[in-house]
Amino acid sequence: MKILVATKRVQDYNVKVRPKSDGSDVDIDGIKMGINPFDENALEEALRIKEKIQSTEISVVSIGDSKNQDVLRHGLAMGADRAILINTESPLQPLGVAKVLKGLVEKEKPDLILLGKLALDSDAGQTGQMLAGLLNYPQGTFVSKIEINNNKLTITREIDGGTNVLEMNLPAVLTADLRLNEPRFVKLPNLMMARKKKIEEIKSSDLATDTQTNQEILEVTIPPSRKAGIKVKSVKELLDKLKDQEGIKL
Amino acid sequence: MGKNTEKVAEEAAKIKKINSVIRVDGAHLEHLLAEDAAKIIENLSESYKVILAAHSWFSRNFLPRVGALLNVSLITDVLKIEKNNIYTRAIYAGNVYAKIQSKDHIQLLTIHTSLFEPCSRDGGDAKIIINDAPPAMNLTTWKSEKINKSDRPALIDAKVVISGGRSLGSEENFNKVLSPLVDKIGAALGATRAAVDAGYAPNEIQVGQTGVVVAPDLYIAVGVSGANQHIYGMKDSRVVVAINNDPDATIFQFADYGLVADLFEAIPEINNLI
Repeated sequence: MKILVATKRVQDYNVKVRPKSDGSDVDIDGIKMGINPFDENALEEALRIKEKIQSTEISVVSIGDSKNQDVLRHGLAMGADRAILINTESPLQPLGVAKVLKGLVEKEKPDLILLGKLALDSDAGQTGQMLAGLLNYPQGTFVSKIEINNNKLTITREIDGGTNVLEMNLPAVLTADLRLNEPRFVKLPNLMMARKKKIEEIKSSDLATDTQTNQEILEVTIPPSRKAGIKVKSVKELLDKLKDQEGIKL
Repeated sequence: MGKNTEKVAEEAAKIKKINSVIRVDGAHLEHLLAEDAAKIIENLSESYKVILAAHSWFSRNFLPRVGALLNVSLITDVLKIEKNNIYTRAIYAGNVYAKIQSKDHIQLLTIHTSLFEPCSRDGGDAKIIINDAPPAMNLTTWKSEKINKSDRPALIDAKVVISGGRSLGSEENFNKVLSPLVDKIGAALGATRAAVDAGYAPNEIQVGQTGVVVAPDLYIAVGVSGANQHIYGMKDSRVVVAINNDPDATIFQFADYGLVADLFEAIPEINNLI
């Protein structure tokens, strides 16, 4: 069984990103970056599948430039067998990423492709579904449980107001929810060892052309925020204020 | 799209300003799968310049697939639509807004429904067109579904939402402290991601960027710290109340009324006084 896990390098979860002073884009210079949390759940699940199906080979892939090596080394330290860096000259958007990954899937022929359900930076949540569409593969999005039996996947996934269970044959594309698992902690010796491992490199143009986007960011701004109101001293004062100032009677 | 769509098509036809309602009906569409839904929209797309849906788990599942089939980008969770195909949406966990211009030949969008006025459900008389469903894609098979039944209003359209954070300390406390008040007011119950991750509450009631985005008349945050991703999910509420024993909690910066108090005392007290 071959599993491909696609990962994105994004800002750290706790970082508050701000616009550049000219408002042309976000200012991410010097901020803490790492693997997209949902992608880490995707990789963790691949590792758990490998614990059950021992012949499994896990490749972790990231698209970007040499800076993405940190994400790939993190993946190797977690336990991935191979790491693939796809070099791009300009940043790609979901459809472009899906086209590049399609090229890689056709080359590598994985049985299962796992991704995070969305990335913390663009918050688009599209790449997995787009990849499945381009490949004409079955898709399972926002997945919180995965079982594999005889090349058949049974997954539990989020729907409006609850969950449903779908079955599909491999090959398939799944996108991971945070509830899927708790990613393992990377131990320092593993990280040291991962530093010595080889990272394979491919140019994105060797996998797909026509990856340019038709979207242009015109302006990035700070959202209008709520202003802090007043502090009340007691529950009674709170209820009075709601009633008198806001016309809300509980 | 679906099985037995007659009634919903008739309802849709009554919406003001709608020209036509297209019914795509089939037994295999009873539990609409992304692969089938995407194929249906792809087949219809030729005649349209704009394809949009409410931003929901339903649309987020299949519209990106439509984008891939049509070779166009999807713009998700649009907050504002301007002329010349310019849209505002939130990125970086809601920390910044981006104004984006799309040059795609079809505009494919999902919209942030709480920021748009609902249309009038009557006064219209659209014609109903019946289209044949394409054959089943048979890529996935629906097995079962679990809808979390609750007598409480749905988060998305509740007038009052009461959300609990990790300070509740346990699943038992979460329910024991919040449920009596929630039910007395007829509010919807929400939770922060921290509370969900800690196992205090089911994911379906998670309010935030990675959960449900709400905009009720009154939002009461109980023991909520105020993480970015949670703020994103509730900041459009009309009135926000925060109750937290930490006077420096971030949530107070977003609350119209802050009460620094022990939630285990304050919530029962509210319950007694109303």
